[in-house]
Amino acid sequence: MIAVDVPYWAQSLLRVLGGTVAVLLPAGTIVYLFLFKMMSFMQSRLGPMEAGPYGSMQLFAEVGKWLQKEDIQPQKADKQIFKLAPLIVLVSTFLLVAVVPFGPDAYFTNFDAGVFYMLAVSSISTLGILIAGWSSANKYSLLGGLRAAGQLIAYELPMVLAVLGVVIQAETMNMQGIVEHQNAGEIFGWNGLGNPYILTQFIGFVIFMIAVQAELTQTPFDMPIAESELVSGYMTEYSGFRFLIFFIAEFATAGVFALIASVLFLGGWGVPFSWFGWHTIDDVDDWMNIGGPLIMLTKMLVLTFLIMWIRFSYPRFREDQLQRFAWKVLIPLALLNIMVTAILKVMF
Amino acid sequence: MTDLADRQKLSYIAAQAADARLNVELETEGMTLNIGPQHPATHGTLRIIVRLDGEQVVWAEPSAGYMHRGYEKLTEVRTFPQVTTLINRIDWLGSFANEVPFILAAEKLMDIEAPPRAQWIRTILFELSRIANVGLFLGDLGVQLGAITPVFFAFRDREYVLNLIEAATGGRFHPNFDRIGGLKDDLPAGWITETKQVMKKLRMFCDEMDDLLFGNEIFQSRLRGIGVIPADVAKQYGLSGANLRASGVDWDLRRDQTLPMAWDKVDWKVWTHPDGDCFARCWVRLQETREATKIVDQLLDTLPSGSVMAKVPRIIKVPEGEAWVSTENPLGEMGYYVVSKGDLGPFRVKIRSASFNNISIVPWVLRGVYVPDVISILASLYFILGDIDR
Repeated sequence: MIAVDVPYWAQSLLRVLGGTVAVLLPAGTIVYLFLFKMMSFMQSRLGPMEAGPYGSMQLFAEVGKWLQKEDIQPQKADKQIFKLAPLIVLVSTFLLVAVVPFGPDAYFTNFDAGVFYMLAVSSISTLGILIAGWSSANKYSLLGGLRAAGQLIAYELPMVLAVLGVVIQAETMNMQGIVEHQNAGEIFGWNGLGNPYILTQFIGFVIFMIAVQAELTQTPFDMPIAESELVSGYMTEYSGFRFLIFFIAEFATAGVFALIASVLFLGGWGVPFSWFGWHTIDDVDDWMNIGGPLIMLTKMLVLTFLIMWIRFSYPRFREDQLQRFAWKVLIPLALLNIMVTAILKVMF
Repeated sequence: MTDLADRQKLSYIAAQAADARLNVELETEGMTLNIGPQHPATHGTLRIIVRLDGEQVVWAEPSAGYMHRGYEKLTEVRTFPQVTTLINRIDWLGSFANEVPFILAAEKLMDIEAPPRAQWIRTILFELSRIANVGLFLGDLGVQLGAITPVFFAFRDREYVLNLIEAATGGRFHPNFDRIGGLKDDLPAGWITETKQVMKKLRMFCDEMDDLLFGNEIFQSRLRGIGVIPADVAKQYGLSGANLRASGVDWDLRRDQTLPMAWDKVDWKVWTHPDGDCFARCWVRLQETREATKIVDQLLDTLPSGSVMAKVPRIIKVPEGEAWVSTENPLGEMGYYVVSKGDLGPFRVKIRSASFNNISIVPWVLRGVYVPDVISILASLYFILGDIDR
């Protein structure tokens, strides 16, 4: 079996569809299913019921509401930068999707430093948040922005270190390569499930998910937003569609990080190759270009469920407790994980 | 500063040190932050001006009065039975409890006493409003600390209590049910069995809160050792209610004074906590809610029969004199000093509301803490804006 042989236009179409699935659907479905309904059921209430059947059109109602609202800018705000900030945050999300593979040929780009690129662009959003906090000319926003900067830098490090374990095991930084290694791999000679790194890199997975939670400023780590104390942190002064962009970016990023986590730890788009007698990525059948995105979507929903579940269950840390947790617990643990992984890698 | 836990001493020293540092290192420019009047953490329109050094508070000052409604003055132009409508609105979460001390003061002046059944029902409704008030506090505490789920459980279960109050009195928030000499009506049919079921639900709610919040490590780390108020300081600032009991002072007006109410007829316990920190204040409130459900249960079992209204004249004129009655309300000690000149209405009423005295400690306790702790301390002190500004 050779690599898929489809015309260029079909490939482009697939990639556009992949993009829709990767960015718009995550944002939509997360908000629909997870924020509103799941949270409502956890809190013993029904959630939105009016817009559409069972409130399924609620997102459209909300977007319509926000688009109608006045675009307020504080008088002393740094106008240009104030307008730019939400876009920077959103761009970071879009750049992240670029390296996520959805099938053997369904990807935007496939280059060797994929993991490195992913870690690099994920911190661009920090810049947007920081300038949003500063340019709002509001004390609460400033505190929120500074907290966000401190927190995101602190949690970038455990995330990098957690991913390093995966990179050592897969011997590549190519996202597609990591997927291939997981599905074609074996655990001590047993290849019934491939080698999804959640089994062999469990500590790395936990650290990665905690770091993602902090990176997304979701609840145990939502000090930068902290509605009850900083009103809404760096978003306080934003209204109308600029707030909407922040809002979409927040949930789309949750979806995209869930996609990345499923590529790194859950085997990505693939099924264990041994089930179909494949050996390398070149053997994979064409139908995986359709099946892969669906598998990714399922995994993404599971992981976003996890993120939101934690979000709605816990109170938030204090800033210093949060930093202490990152520097004294997560980073040493991640370093230990890398050491053990490296030793095992050399031995076996 | 005698007989204090180490944690309390450390917190006290830290506050003093923050104060001293302001004087020594005044070169760095601080930031003055207005928390309120419109702020999610102040339950209304309380304004707290804090001066920050980074995220550390070096100076704080509460500024009350944004919702002042002049109730003390308004009572002077009302007749005695009309006053309960006003004072219902002081602590709007536990409104029946506001009526009781005023009515008791008026009864004291007229030298009449409500019949036993009225006393019992008054105590039951008093404790129900305590549950409605403190139950919401437990949920709100979670929101203040970032956990949004508990508040919905609190609202769900508070609804049962409000339904009970509505069934008995006709008003969910403002019953206006207490009369001089007794009560407006007797209890409706079936109320007793229903109340017992609701009390069972509320005990489950308390267990749920115990699991969800009080057993949570993050919750504990946010509250333990934060905002420590030693017993002597608490007394000096005139704290009352759960805030005082959390500092280890065993003082509860329900037990410590004789009133024509039914608290001394039942078996219950006054909970105190030695720590005096935010966690202690919240924990004492949780235990109080549990005790309140027990009090209601026992009172329902021993409810005497008879009339709910003593013999009072059709037009109530209170004889000349002065009376002071205070009770242990959900928020703390609430008292009315009523002066009558023998007219239809009172000549002067001084209202001592618990929250007003409880927030007087804010400048002392906020000194040297971080901004997130400001929120936990304010949440644990638990004030209602109507109770501060009345």
